[in-house]
Amino acid sequence: MDSGTLEFVIGHLNYWLFILLMMTGLYIVVAKGNLVKKIVGLNIFQTSVFMLYISIGKVTGGTAPIFPLDMKVDPDVVYSNPLPHVLILTAIVVGIATTSLGLALIIRIREEYHTIEEDQIAEIENAVLKSEQWASERATGEHS
Amino acid sequence: MATEQLHHTALTLVDHLPILEVLVPFVAAPLIVVLGSRKLAWPIAFVASAISFVIACLLLLQVLDGSYISYHIGGWAPPLGIEYRVDAANAFVLFLVSGISTVILPYARASLEAEIPRRSTTLLYALYLLCLTGLLGVVITGDAFNVFVFLEISSLSTYVLIAQGSHRDKRALTAAYDYLVMGTIGATFFVIGIGFLYMATGTLNMADMAERIAVQSDSRTIRAAFAFIVVGVGLKVAIYPLHLWLPNAYTFAPSAITAFLAGTATKVAIYVLLRFMFSVFQPGFVAQVPTLEVIILPFALLAMFGASLTAIFQRDLKRMLAYSSIAQIGYMLLGIAFFSQAGLMATMIQLFNHGITKAALFMGVGAFVLRAGGSFYHHLNGLGKSMPWTSAAMVIAGMSLIGIPGTAGFISKWLLVQAALDAGWWPIAILIVASSLLAVIYVWRMIETLYLTESKAELQARQAPMSMLIPLWIMALACIYFGLDSDLTLSASRTAAEGLLAGSTGME
Repeated sequence: MDSGTLEFVIGHLNYWLFILLMMTGLYIVVAKGNLVKKIVGLNIFQTSVFMLYISIGKVTGGTAPIFPLDMKVDPDVVYSNPLPHVLILTAIVVGIATTSLGLALIIRIREEYHTIEEDQIAEIENAVLKSEQWASERATGEHS
Repeated sequence: MATEQLHHTALTLVDHLPILEVLVPFVAAPLIVVLGSRKLAWPIAFVASAISFVIACLLLLQVLDGSYISYHIGGWAPPLGIEYRVDAANAFVLFLVSGISTVILPYARASLEAEIPRRSTTLLYALYLLCLTGLLGVVITGDAFNVFVFLEISSLSTYVLIAQGSHRDKRALTAAYDYLVMGTIGATFFVIGIGFLYMATGTLNMADMAERIAVQSDSRTIRAAFAFIVVGVGLKVAIYPLHLWLPNAYTFAPSAITAFLAGTATKVAIYVLLRFMFSVFQPGFVAQVPTLEVIILPFALLAMFGASLTAIFQRDLKRMLAYSSIAQIGYMLLGIAFFSQAGLMATMIQLFNHGITKAALFMGVGAFVLRAGGSFYHHLNGLGKSMPWTSAAMVIAGMSLIGIPGTAGFISKWLLVQAALDAGWWPIAILIVASSLLAVIYVWRMIETLYLTESKAELQARQAPMSMLIPLWIMALACIYFGLDSDLTLSASRTAAEGLLAGSTGME
């Protein structure tokens, strides 16, 4: 690896971590059959976006974007960009709401299906579908 | 800033209409929860929705000439402040969304009472208003991140509304869960896209963003943003391969909720797609990236045929209509794929016409569910005799779904075929007609079941209550009205298409 590539890899470290977290999250959502684990995956996926936003707000050499009390801002001081952080506060709230709603749904699903495993739920639903089909066939069969 | 503030104090109520459009349902929702009164919940919801509808009408009249209204929240000037921007494209969608909501609420009262336990109805109306707030907010705002926030407000309330169907069928819970997972992935993709756009442009105001993208030569960041936004919104639109959440969600949600969502939610998502593709990214950029021919066009055609064929083989009328929705979304995408003013006009008008048509059809299904106990075809045998008014409205809306002359559906199909011929794509024009024939098959199956089969002797369905019939007929008559007198819809969609195709200059 020459120094140019190395610099590219290290210089974009926040993006590599973002991609890693994002893919981990998406993989869990797709691959896991347990509904709670899916929500965990979804959380990791959303968190990766928080990291993307927060890291792009960083200005090299910048300090925390807090103005002095007397509001006399020294023009030489470089501040980091606070806007992405504020956006992510909103996104975190959305993430919490999604998680809690997802977990609430899982509780109701467990009450009705007595399982939170995707394949077992699919089995139960297929059985319901079959009985519906049978009922509809019988009903139309009587009339034809 | 001083001049800004002076300007601000001179605002009258009329100047505040854009914010009131969203604020009225937004404030009414917690009001319902705080009052906690079962008697007051419905009137508050209805009044809030009706006020929104009146405001949407006023806004539409103001911008029909191609101008736009820019509202600065808190008096902070854009691009730093959040801006609400109303032009013909979104005033038209606001009119549709608030109109459908206002017609469905009177209907919802009897329908929800039968399908939801009474203790849940108060909170349900609050959620309904929150969902409406989210949908209106997505449409009216001119700030990219604001779109995400409102999208999530509407999505989160939608998941709960769908889950309320669990009182009839427990599968509503898994349908809501699946939609929650897919919807969240979609919204997160969307927000990643906005993050990339912010990286490239340093602004969140859509008009400002568009200007800065136009100046920049196209970079990989902007291309990545485009991809993330199209896929993310595509999940909400239910573009064909991303549609998997839709059939179950529509089938198991309470009937009134299905009617509301089918008429509004996917339409709003289509609007977001249009707004981002054409106003934020430029038409020139869209032409440069081979998205239209390679992705939108083939998937639109797949939706038109795949989903229509699936619809034909359903046993449940509600599920059949859900699949037909996916097929109809295909037409809207096809209009975008033509990449011409005629095509976008067809998309806008199909968006409106399909909204009212599907709302009418799902309202009819709700009436059948109430009186016949289900929406499977074997429940509907012979209901043409015992529920003549509901069935007749279903036939009218069904004809609009096919696109028979004299109905709203015909106008949009006609414009779509015309746009295809204008573009010189006559094979596509033939395919549009062919897929309409598939619609004839599934609509005919519904009509046959309603009118040409014997009803079961032991089950004599009664007429649906007036509170459901009148809204249903308002929608059905709207299908005919907008088919005969298309002045309003045509001029609104033409101005909207012009504004969209003008790209960033259309935003100034």
